[in-house]
Amino acid sequence: MTRAADIRFEHVVKRFGAATAVRDVSFHIPAGELCTLLGPSGCGKTTILRMVAGLEYPTEGRVLIGGRDVSTLPPAERDVSMVFQSYALFPHMTVLENVSYGLAVSGKPKRAAAEAARAALASVGLAGFDARLPSELSGGQQQRVAVARALVLEPSVLLFDEPLSNLDARLRRHMREEIRELQQRLGVTALYVTHDQSEALAISDRIIVMNNAVIAQEGTPSSLYQAPRSAFVAGFIGDANRLPARLRRIDADQAEVTLGRAVLRLPHYGRADGDVELALRPEAVRLTTEDDPEAALTGSVAKAAYLGGTMEYTLATEAGEIFVTAPSAAGQHAPGQRLGIALAGHGIAVLAE
Amino acid sequence: MRAAGIAGAAVALIAALFFPWYLAQDGVLTALREIPGWWREADFAPAVLQASSQGRWWLWPAVLAPLAALIAGVAPLPRRARATGFLVAGGAGLALLVVQGLAIGVQGWAWPGLESVFGVLDDRQYGIGWGGSLVAMGLALTASAGLAGRGAFRGDAFTAGCATAIGIGVLLFTFLPLAALLGDAFRDAGGALSPLAAVTRLADDRLWGLGCLAGGPRCGVVWNTLLVATLVGFGTTVLGLAFALLVTRGRLGVALAKPLRWLTVLPIVTPPFILGLGLILIFGRSGVVSQLAADWFGLELGRWIYGLPGILLAQLFAFTPIAFLVLIGVVEGLSPTLEEAASMLRASPEKIFRTVTLPLLMPGLANAFLLGFIESIADFGNAVVLGGSFNVLATEIFFAVVGAQADPGRAATLSLVLLLIACLVFVIQQRLTGGRKSFVSIGGKGDGGLPPALPPRLRRLCLGLALPWAGLTIGLYVLAVSGAFVEIWGRDNTPTLRHLAKAFDFEWTQGLQLTGLAWNSVLTTLELAAIAAPITAGFGILAAWLFSRAKFAGRGLLEFATLLSFAVPGTVIGVAYLRAFNLPPLELAGTGAIIVVCFIFRNLPVGLRSGMAAMAQIDRSLDEASSTLGGNGLDAFRRVLMPLLRPAIIAGLTYAFVRAMTTISAVIFLVTAETELATVFIVNRVINGDYGLAIAVAVVLIVLMLAVLGLAQLAVGRRRIGRRAAIPLSTEPGAAA
Repeated sequence: MTRAADIRFEHVVKRFGAATAVRDVSFHIPAGELCTLLGPSGCGKTTILRMVAGLEYPTEGRVLIGGRDVSTLPPAERDVSMVFQSYALFPHMTVLENVSYGLAVSGKPKRAAAEAARAALASVGLAGFDARLPSELSGGQQQRVAVARALVLEPSVLLFDEPLSNLDARLRRHMREEIRELQQRLGVTALYVTHDQSEALAISDRIIVMNNAVIAQEGTPSSLYQAPRSAFVAGFIGDANRLPARLRRIDADQAEVTLGRAVLRLPHYGRADGDVELALRPEAVRLTTEDDPEAALTGSVAKAAYLGGTMEYTLATEAGEIFVTAPSAAGQHAPGQRLGIALAGHGIAVLAE
Repeated sequence: MRAAGIAGAAVALIAALFFPWYLAQDGVLTALREIPGWWREADFAPAVLQASSQGRWWLWPAVLAPLAALIAGVAPLPRRARATGFLVAGGAGLALLVVQGLAIGVQGWAWPGLESVFGVLDDRQYGIGWGGSLVAMGLALTASAGLAGRGAFRGDAFTAGCATAIGIGVLLFTFLPLAALLGDAFRDAGGALSPLAAVTRLADDRLWGLGCLAGGPRCGVVWNTLLVATLVGFGTTVLGLAFALLVTRGRLGVALAKPLRWLTVLPIVTPPFILGLGLILIFGRSGVVSQLAADWFGLELGRWIYGLPGILLAQLFAFTPIAFLVLIGVVEGLSPTLEEAASMLRASPEKIFRTVTLPLLMPGLANAFLLGFIESIADFGNAVVLGGSFNVLATEIFFAVVGAQADPGRAATLSLVLLLIACLVFVIQQRLTGGRKSFVSIGGKGDGGLPPALPPRLRRLCLGLALPWAGLTIGLYVLAVSGAFVEIWGRDNTPTLRHLAKAFDFEWTQGLQLTGLAWNSVLTTLELAAIAAPITAGFGILAAWLFSRAKFAGRGLLEFATLLSFAVPGTVIGVAYLRAFNLPPLELAGTGAIIVVCFIFRNLPVGLRSGMAAMAQIDRSLDEASSTLGGNGLDAFRRVLMPLLRPAIIAGLTYAFVRAMTTISAVIFLVTAETELATVFIVNRVINGDYGLAIAVAVVLIVLMLAVLGLAQLAVGRRRIGRRAAIPLSTEPGAAA
């Protein structure tokens, strides 16, 4: 029913007075994908979303939706809907009036608009709430109304501005699954702003990590997790240990990296020979005995915490403190115990910056 | 964009084809009724016939420009080309019409040079009427739609249309007259250009003297004005806040809250001079209190009421309701959630008020202070009645215009000073409340909660302020009103209905005959105020929307210009209008139209201010939601903001009407025998010493306006945003049965 459209940013700059909110950002989101803009507050992600919506116009550069330059088109002339962080439900209108608003302003007959609105409400599980005022709904229900209101227009691009930040954790997990399911079912392109990395990992086809008004890295959730380019990305998505290592290039993109006793083959991401830093995921290790020849590093347990399914250890090693997790079924180690740390072969990457 | 452009072109075309182009001196309806074949008369023909058969070829643009725009609108053109068509047709048409209007006046060519180019013109033209104005408005709308289509105003035709309408209106009806008047500041008494004259007048010791501090008789008039305005601004804000808090959160019970609300409204519906007059009737030399003091205690109170105390009292009575109206909107709009949050954080009620409520009210308080300040420096009625030898700028200007030593240059200089003060206040206010701090209270999230009751100590303080004030107000009114029902105040206190009968007598001989003296002026006032009020309120709320929500270049300038017209005292505006609009093409002097226009642009900023205060509390994401759902500027305004702003709109409407009914300073220069207004009638009676008749008419006006306010109140209903209402703890027995 909807024709999904792709979104393209070409060297977009947005300045507010002297402050630069977005600095020379370019990206492309293929039609039908759900892309997350992830980053700490103030990184420019919401500004990007608002430029797609048409609530802000870029200072420089172009914004294209479905191949059409919409840089300075008002929101009404873009085929875009948005779910606001505050939901922005019109407080003086009933749920039905809120949802049929978009249809009403585009001149759809009243009956047809109400029918479509009811269908949209049913699709978010709110059939029968037509006559309520927003103030008579719970937070989760308000959120669904906001989603229904955006969906009813069958937009080719759907925008979410931290839609779940006002919900409690359990509801948040539930709603994010619903949003993902809805997006898949409708095949609509979605741009989703959040600062919650687990939310981003869970629902995205693609993640754009923003920092300080520029794109820090973009890619699929697993590529971002497995191969963060910078310490910022490594730390922002999941936990990461930063370890000193030595790098020696062996061909166009591979290098030999020496970490402790281990020598690894990893992509060098443009780093020259010499000292580099590695990002190591806590679960990408195998704890073994100190004298195991596969152990890259050795150290002693400084802290140990039992979390049910997993154990968390802080190990003091020759490369500094390392935070690791291990299945608790694999045995527990007490503080003070000497251990060897073998690399699991994934979840380790050279940091390019 | 397309719809707006076509609408503008259609209006202009219809006006050019069917409406009399020039101003009909006796009103257009009379002319159309009484002149058979009016469309063939040179004075009444519409533009198309003027151009084709009256030889006024210069009116062709009035027909051709709308036609061209209409073609651009209907033809299958790309968006940008159509927009360019609108812009060129509308802009060029408008420009040509302005040029012809200025070039050809009552004596033919206005500039001698034109005769050598176009030859001798054996024709002349008067001011434009309905046809001319409608064509101009239509073309302006088309041109603005074109601008929007070409990307200005973020592509929104509604924004463009509003900005254009307000811009042109303010330019024509505030700046043009002021420019004409201020030109006088740089002329000497003979009318020759002399920049030095302004400097001499500015340096005058009567403006800046500080004699009173050194024990001298008086200070400069500027210092007087500032002193009164500061005291009045502060006083009205405090009193207005006390009333607003009591009415909304005082838990007064209906029995007390309702009358309090009405009491604060009374001074608004009171015609000027009457409060001053009432004060004189009470505290003047033959006033009630003075006489009692003399009889009982042998005290001679004398003339203390004349001067600063009198002006101060009268202005406090007059302007506290304005502060109240501003503040009640703000207090009612406060989200109780924030205060509830504070109380959950263990803040005591008093602490909550000080740390949450009051800071949230700050923009409203600053706004109320500003309004009181500006009202005070512009007030002329009370100052002239009670000022005595204590002069303020407004009265100085008045006397410089009409006094024995009439000096238009001095009047112009004084108004320049007044303008500068107003600008300064405005800038300070902007700094204070600036756009950065917005205290959004109506969020997009449903909003629960119950406004907390006032802390007891604060409540006592408010009551201590409000109740005596309320008592004083009642006393003032009772005594002043009773002046209408006695023979001669202070000398012959026999009750009588004589004054009322004299003003509003009528007979049934061959239908209704209105023989009373005041009928004509009261009916004229009602008619003109009723025409002006909806336009004022509509303009005000549009302007408020434009200035607080729309984004476009030059917004700050336009806002500033709009507000300026409020700061200019009525006397100045009156004289300026008379100067600027007695020549074609805008030959409005002597008509009802000039009074309506004066009402609109004098009262516009009030609606604007209250609209902006109300709008500042509505979360911007609501507008944004509307626009991402495909609504344009008009949709967001009409469907989302208007319903939420309904109380503010009704308040603006009522206030515009009431102010129009009670204004005096500006219109006293603009009325004629046919368009005499009730206030002018009253002033003339006061000048003749006929207090009884004056008050009788005033009483009738007050009753009339109270009725209007009552109707407005019924129309408002309550804001429907589902806030929880306070449920009384004890239900009355029998209420359920």
